[in-house]
Amino acid sequence: MNLETRCLGLSLAHPVIAGASPLSATFDGIRRLEDAGAAAIVAASIYEEEVEAEAAALDAFGAIGAESNPEVTSYLPPLPGYPGALAAHLELIRRAAHSISVPLLASLNGITREGWTGIAADLKAAGAAAVELDLFHLATDPRETSAEVERRLIETVRAVRAAVDIPVAVKLSPYFTAPAHLAAALSDAGASGIVLFNRYYEPDIDLATLSFRPSLRLSTAEETRLALMWTAILAGKTSLSLAGGRGVEGPEEVIKYLLAGADAVLTASALLRHGADYLRQLVQGVAEWLEAHGAGSVAEIRGRMRADRLGEPEALFRANYRQALLFGYPPPDTDLRNLIRASEGLAVPRGN
Amino acid sequence: MDQKQTLDGNTAVAHVAYRINDVCAIFPITPSSPMAELADQWSAEGRTNLWGAVPVVQEMQAEGGAAGAVHGSLQAGAVTTTFTASQGLLLMIPNMFKIAGELTPCVFHVAARSVATQALSIFGDHSDVMAVRATGFGLLSAASVQEAHDLALVAQAATLKARVPFVHFMDGFRTSHEMNTIVTLSDEQIRAMIDDDLVRAHRQRALSPERPVIRGTAQNPDTFFQARETVNPYYLATPAIVQHAMDRLAALTGRQYRLFRYDGHPQAERVVVVMGSAAETLRATVAHLNAEGERIGVLQVLLYRPWSAKDFLAALPMSARRIAVLDRTKEPGAPAEPLCLDVAQTLTDAVARGVRPHLPLVVGGRYGLSSKEFNPAMAKAVFDHLAQEEPHSGFTVGIIDDVCGTSLSVDSGFDIEPSDVHRALFFGLGADGTVGANKNSVKILAEDPDRYAQGYFVYDSHKSGAETISHLRFGNAPIAAPYLLQSADFIGVHKFDFLQKRDVLATARAGATVLINAPYEAAVVWDHLSRPAQQHIVEKNLRLFVIDASGLAQRLGLGPRVNTILQACFFAISGVLPREEGIRRIRQSIEKTYGDKGKAVLDKNFVAVDTAVEHLHEVVVPKAVTSTEELRVFVPADAPDQIRRIAALQFAGRGDEIPVSAIPADGSYLGGTTQYEKRNVAFAVPLWKPDLCIQCGQCSIVCPHSVIRAKAYDGALLKGAPEGFPSAQVHERGYPDKRFTLQIAVEDCTGCGICIDHCPAHDPLEPGVKAINLSERLPLVEAGRRELAFFESLPEHRREQVDLHLSRGLQFVQPLFEFSGACAGCGETPYLKLLSQLFGDRLQIANATGCSSIYGGNLPSLPWRADADGRGPAWNNSLFEDNGEFGLGMRLAVDQQVAMARDLVRALAERIGPRLADEILGAPQRTDSEIVAQRGRIDELRRVLGDPADGPARDLLAVVEYLVRRSLWIVGGDGWAYDIGAGGLDHVLAQNRDVNVLVLDTEVYSNTGGQASKATPLGASAKFAAAGKRTPRKDLALQAIAYGYVYVAQVALGSSPEQTIQALRDAEAYEGPALVLAYSHCIAHGYDMRDGMKQQHRAVASGYWPLFRYDPRMRNSDMNPFRLDSTRPRLPVEEFAYRELRYRVLTQTRPEEARMLMRQAQAAANERYRLYEDMAARDGTRFHPFWQDEAVTRDEIPAGAAQ
Repeated sequence: MNLETRCLGLSLAHPVIAGASPLSATFDGIRRLEDAGAAAIVAASIYEEEVEAEAAALDAFGAIGAESNPEVTSYLPPLPGYPGALAAHLELIRRAAHSISVPLLASLNGITREGWTGIAADLKAAGAAAVELDLFHLATDPRETSAEVERRLIETVRAVRAAVDIPVAVKLSPYFTAPAHLAAALSDAGASGIVLFNRYYEPDIDLATLSFRPSLRLSTAEETRLALMWTAILAGKTSLSLAGGRGVEGPEEVIKYLLAGADAVLTASALLRHGADYLRQLVQGVAEWLEAHGAGSVAEIRGRMRADRLGEPEALFRANYRQALLFGYPPPDTDLRNLIRASEGLAVPRGN
Repeated sequence: MDQKQTLDGNTAVAHVAYRINDVCAIFPITPSSPMAELADQWSAEGRTNLWGAVPVVQEMQAEGGAAGAVHGSLQAGAVTTTFTASQGLLLMIPNMFKIAGELTPCVFHVAARSVATQALSIFGDHSDVMAVRATGFGLLSAASVQEAHDLALVAQAATLKARVPFVHFMDGFRTSHEMNTIVTLSDEQIRAMIDDDLVRAHRQRALSPERPVIRGTAQNPDTFFQARETVNPYYLATPAIVQHAMDRLAALTGRQYRLFRYDGHPQAERVVVVMGSAAETLRATVAHLNAEGERIGVLQVLLYRPWSAKDFLAALPMSARRIAVLDRTKEPGAPAEPLCLDVAQTLTDAVARGVRPHLPLVVGGRYGLSSKEFNPAMAKAVFDHLAQEEPHSGFTVGIIDDVCGTSLSVDSGFDIEPSDVHRALFFGLGADGTVGANKNSVKILAEDPDRYAQGYFVYDSHKSGAETISHLRFGNAPIAAPYLLQSADFIGVHKFDFLQKRDVLATARAGATVLINAPYEAAVVWDHLSRPAQQHIVEKNLRLFVIDASGLAQRLGLGPRVNTILQACFFAISGVLPREEGIRRIRQSIEKTYGDKGKAVLDKNFVAVDTAVEHLHEVVVPKAVTSTEELRVFVPADAPDQIRRIAALQFAGRGDEIPVSAIPADGSYLGGTTQYEKRNVAFAVPLWKPDLCIQCGQCSIVCPHSVIRAKAYDGALLKGAPEGFPSAQVHERGYPDKRFTLQIAVEDCTGCGICIDHCPAHDPLEPGVKAINLSERLPLVEAGRRELAFFESLPEHRREQVDLHLSRGLQFVQPLFEFSGACAGCGETPYLKLLSQLFGDRLQIANATGCSSIYGGNLPSLPWRADADGRGPAWNNSLFEDNGEFGLGMRLAVDQQVAMARDLVRALAERIGPRLADEILGAPQRTDSEIVAQRGRIDELRRVLGDPADGPARDLLAVVEYLVRRSLWIVGGDGWAYDIGAGGLDHVLAQNRDVNVLVLDTEVYSNTGGQASKATPLGASAKFAAAGKRTPRKDLALQAIAYGYVYVAQVALGSSPEQTIQALRDAEAYEGPALVLAYSHCIAHGYDMRDGMKQQHRAVASGYWPLFRYDPRMRNSDMNPFRLDSTRPRLPVEEFAYRELRYRVLTQTRPEEARMLMRQAQAAANERYRLYEDMAARDGTRFHPFWQDEAVTRDEIPAGAAQ
């Protein structure tokens, strides 16, 4: 079985990449993911804002009570070898990149221009095989237009591209009006691929205290659909690598993404839920599915369900809509799963 | 290569000591802690010593332990040192005798400090080093930072050769904390001083099974004496060995030292002999006076032990006819202080033997105790005194002794400082970063090869809102002026209030520059200045600049830290450097200081520098004084006499003026002085919303500074209330006419915000609004003052009339612990306040040294006070190490006097009236109403006895107060309870005596800056455990529970105030030993103290700090004495832990280990909880049976049965 794929210009042994998560936040964690068979590993994201906040907190808390009492110059314990949060992260990338044999990707969430470009260059220098830009921007300013949001995003990619010569992937939010156009623009700006999609932390209101409570939930297979749809739409329309980054819970979701045209998938929630070793099951599940369906390689099924290969592409992304109109309420299992099931009846070309 | 560096004395010594030792056994004690901290830090960083090894730095449980470990390490062949001071050195004495007795080379580095007597003092003098004269250690004294650096090496080189161990000491604070520009020793120079053969010889003398010997034998009268005399040749040889090491150092560095250094006129008639930093002051004074034609000199003692008479006589000019020997110590009852006696003995012997032709008059004097200032004017006073017809011995200089008249008069106008030394004085607040910025300025200015700088920093003892005074000198020659500035070219007033409180411009030289941080524009600032300030400005023709640095810092997001802004202003206007150059250097140093703190922090500081100068304005000074406002008077005229004569002056910064006669001879002071301070340190304070308040008392119980009070009172009393006085209907049913007021002491609040965080009453529709909310202080001060005065006039609640089980009730009880100088948001003080509310009028406290003894008893700020009847907590602090024993001693004495009183009541029953006597003897005293009833009976007893003439009745009156049950508490931190006092505490708990122990557990040595204790949790980083504590905290509670009969509780106010109250009441009611461990958040944990109570809640919720009570009395009813009061863990430990910097830093510095340690911490918490759960689920019979037989009363227990 040939599971090989290419993504972001990197040759991968199979399409399952361990996404950025607490599992990839430490050297041991990255090693464990490699041992579990990840085709590539995205190290936990570095958040420019957090790096700054951590440094500011250290500065602020270090100052509490300092130099104000004859018995104490500082209450802070000494920080031998404390390099700052960024340097510590770079050291992690450096150590990990040199000791694993699969590509190590870095993930960066910046806030300032210098942050994006400077940290990206640092990550590259530390040995990252590619950098994933986690463009996480809430357009809350009523004066800010969608065009401005997109322009800034494209500019950021262009600037990072100019600063580093490793592949740059963009993790997009799903909230763009014209994703296809944006993808094209990102490609023009020098991006090598996109990851669909990142997730916003959607805080909840605590009725007892009338305050917003941050809540982070792991993604579920249910969340695959939007990304799957856009993967199917974009595949073939863009030269960008496409990676499915949402809701990969089992081998089924991996297959779905591949069918829709993704070059690879990133999984984090499933690994957090089941442990790093679960990755092995995912890969094996993909192989078994391919085997059961008579496919000899990933390449054979990749993009088979992408929009431009379907006889009636419009029907693909209007299917749910039409059903909804017809039945008033889509039956619970009416999603792309059905379409895939339907596709199982399609003849999969054997060999060439 | 010579390297010029600007360091403080501690760093200068540690620099050398670290390089030449294999092992450092340490324990924190001020002012020597930084030496140990640096060694620990360097070791954690992997720095190597001369032999390429990373020295082992081991924290011990006490200085006694450190000395034991040093002794052992030396006996096992390692080159070993320790750093200590004061009480710490005294605890080392037994081992010092052993180390010296066994002729073991070793150096103890000491920052010499006062020994506690009538009071503790952290400051510098020689009473500690003088107390170890008999141990056989050599004593080598350094007078300056440079000397301390060099002599640290001389001592080590000499001890290896001489085999006599050394104490190398410098003056605590004056030298240990003074920053000065020195030339540091290179590793090559250090190397060249240490003879490897001698090191090898030391290693060869180690105990070894390969060449076994028996050391440490016991000897009898037949041999001990002779054996003691065997060491004499070593001591005789030592002075020459030390001089040889000094000469060798001179060959290597060009800096020549001598055992005794003489400076002055070669034919001086008057000579002062002195040891330590005062020698520098005397030298400068001598040079100045000799230039004016005097013939005087100063002889500095460097090697004090072994004393070399020969070298002393060689150094002292034959012409000396009158000698004053200055001792920085006091030996009450001695004919003179020790150095003086040594000098006198040396001279009489020399004269008697014909070595010297005549005997000079030798007088001894004391100076500089506890870092009391010793300046050139005082030095001159000593020479002047010598010139008098009858100079007397036992004189003092630097104080006003109006009791025995020992003090010399001092001409305060005498100033000898050269005009080319630029002098700058800064008045700052602890939190504003002034000291840090000034240390930085000193370093910046000493960067130039031909420039030298000195910085010395004076702090008050408050932990929040502390006032700091920085004394800086800059010049083109090395600065040897170990005394405070007497006049300044530049004065920075970094908080406007200082101008209203103190005469801060008094030291301004004519034409000096003054920089004021003021919330006023340049055009109007003049009108806000007090008369004394204006007068200085006009009369001395001062240049005045003003900047609203605090406002600018707030706008720039720097919070209270005005350091960068004001430092930029200093460089811009002081002229110490060309303006542009100064700014450039500040930017450079910011880059260095904040480089690793992220871009945002760096940028903020750059912006601060750049905008500071734009906001700086020169004030056009009017020609005449316009203000009539005088300096603030702190203490009202109706305050007690003692407080007016002592605290009032201290609050005004004039404590040096207090004469001996004003001060109580035995160290007893009236408490409650903090009520006069009105420090106004908070930017924002809580503001009460009566309509939202549910009157629950939560804000009041968590307030660390007792600034939130509540009263319920008759509504009619509101008639006299000031306008706008807030009040609400009392919520409790059944009080229709009662009003409730929550009063904030606006001027005493530190603005920590814990109350607001803890307030459970939210506005139902307005997010973020609670029943109390932070509001800017300044606009609230005037009204707040009026309202507080009216509130205080409302009647206090009687203790017996409120429910003391609930915070709702306790809020009405007057705290007898208030407005302490503890850190804003302190986690310890709420427990002490609670103690004062629960048992205040019969409370007696033995308080271990630590934070609680400093904010609890540092003059002039005394927070423990009496109630309106004059009763209140009686408090004493013995030491750090003995607090358990100290408290037990109090208990023994109380019990004994209770027994005496009861016997006397029985004996005098007929006279007292049998019924009253019976009632007194049989009175239950568990509740407050029962205590009130007993007090009534005792009043009655006093009335009945009147003013008797017979012995028994008078004896009874002397002890009658003991018939009211006394509440005895032993209070201290975890450093005491888990470490240095653990043995004593254990013994105290093992006695069947009614003592209550409250451990304020911050899990570190908070008072000395957060060093690890055995209470420090696994996975947390602390000083001396920088790589994270690797072992779980000691389960002190379980150890105490193991005794079976000790009441034990673990509490956390932030999790359950009611459980805390119950535990303290249970413990107090239990007539045996009781131990309460109180979780106390601390700034050393590294987070915003406003979240302190929430963090306590998380500590409990995560199972890290389970709440429980073990009450042996439960066995009486066949119940399980162990009750787990908190629920099963419902939060991962890391959810609690990673909110604190002490845990988080490890995730940055050692991420892998941090994860491993956190896993272990979780496992430890799980296991501990499981164990407690098992215990809680047991059948009561599985515990130790109850030890007290209720049928036998204490009176009937035969003496000694308890033991």
